[in-house]
Amino acid sequence: MTDFDFNVIWSSLPFLWQGLQLSLLLTFLSIIGGIVLGTLLALARLSGIAPLAIVAATYVNLIRSVPLILVIFWFYFLVPLALGRPIGGFYSALIAFVLFEAAYYSEIMRAGIQSVKRGQVHAGQSTGLSYWQIQRYVVLPQAFRNMVPILVTQGIILFQDTSLVFVVSLRDFMTASSIVARTEGRLVEMYLFAALVYFAICFSGSMLVRSLKSRMAT
Amino acid sequence: MNYNWNWGVLFEEQYLNWLISGFGWTISVALSAWCIAIVIGSLVGVGKTVPNKVIRGICATYVEIFRNVPLLVQMFIWYFAVPEMLPEDWGRWMKRDLPNPEFVTAVVALGLYTASRIAEQVRAGIETVPPGLSAAATAHGLSTAQTYRYVLLPISFRIIVPPLTSEFLTVFKNSSLALTIGLLELTAQSQQIAEYTFQGFEAFTAATVIYVCIALVATILMQVLEKYTRIPGYVGKEA
Repeated sequence: MTDFDFNVIWSSLPFLWQGLQLSLLLTFLSIIGGIVLGTLLALARLSGIAPLAIVAATYVNLIRSVPLILVIFWFYFLVPLALGRPIGGFYSALIAFVLFEAAYYSEIMRAGIQSVKRGQVHAGQSTGLSYWQIQRYVVLPQAFRNMVPILVTQGIILFQDTSLVFVVSLRDFMTASSIVARTEGRLVEMYLFAALVYFAICFSGSMLVRSLKSRMAT
Repeated sequence: MNYNWNWGVLFEEQYLNWLISGFGWTISVALSAWCIAIVIGSLVGVGKTVPNKVIRGICATYVEIFRNVPLLVQMFIWYFAVPEMLPEDWGRWMKRDLPNPEFVTAVVALGLYTASRIAEQVRAGIETVPPGLSAAATAHGLSTAQTYRYVLLPISFRIIVPPLTSEFLTVFKNSSLALTIGLLELTAQSQQIAEYTFQGFEAFTAATVIYVCIALVATILMQVLEKYTRIPGYVGKEA
């Protein structure tokens, strides 16, 4: 390896920062959307209403057996077709991520809901709470708390997954790095730098998971 | 929503061949990467549990690095950056003389990435073996290597078959990332058909159905394996 050029990183920082902001925003919105939709799917699967449970289970298993890139392609193609007009890459990607990640979050929430003891539900019923009140005030708060480390871990995976919007040239951190790498002809520097940034963020995230786990164990 | 349905396009010879060839590449990338991942993942996973601190540190570092960098970035580093970082004639060989460079790079990148995930499963499997067993092995005068060979590994590998199933499914899905370095696997081919024919619905449906079938077959295979390797007396997964 000859000369390692740090200047190219330094001078493109503002451009890369914009990309990173898009990655973080996409991650944040997808986590929120994914958890909400995922929780609803989990409730549907555990509702005891057979058609609802079957539909939810089919959806989750279908999404979980196809690659994310294919789902992104699907929605880039479907969303403008269904709405009759283009709505921009970001929203198509966001819809794809929410619908994709919801399947994974629903499995986590299902395990979380099942980890709440049945006695809690019975106690809620005997105090006269409705189904939704029991979910809202008794089951879901405990389910979330039990699952916090896994939810954060899934958030880290989701952040890594957002790099895949590269396939539709949405300008996230990965795409921005790759644009600089190719226009400046500095592939080694840019891709190693991208790896370092992703590593720093994800490693801090997994440290957080570790401390959450040890705090919960006590 | 106006859309001209034409399922026949999938059976025109050219596009059918694209799908078949894409399917072939997906399977070959995933299975080759899986072989690398099992071998390296087992070594690293075992390495994380041995008494030697240096080996443990190296293996833990491996897992942290490969797990915390997105697979796409790793793919690009192997494909674009590594040939530049090697000594000149090696780099030239990788760029010019390596046969099927996209395929080889995708397999290496996917294999080493999946290895870090398998290593965690292997480590967890070894740690679930009750400590009494390795104490008993030591009391019998078995060396560390013998303890692993005859006691810890046979048990832990049978315990981790169910979690490995989901890794096995993931490797097929992750093989789609090979399209970013130009390998025309299943997802890339369906995208290409969509672009050539404007029949996106049909093309993506075909790819989706094929992926679902791959997942079904892989799940069935792993369930058979699980049945043969289940340890009598141990509780199966969520029995």
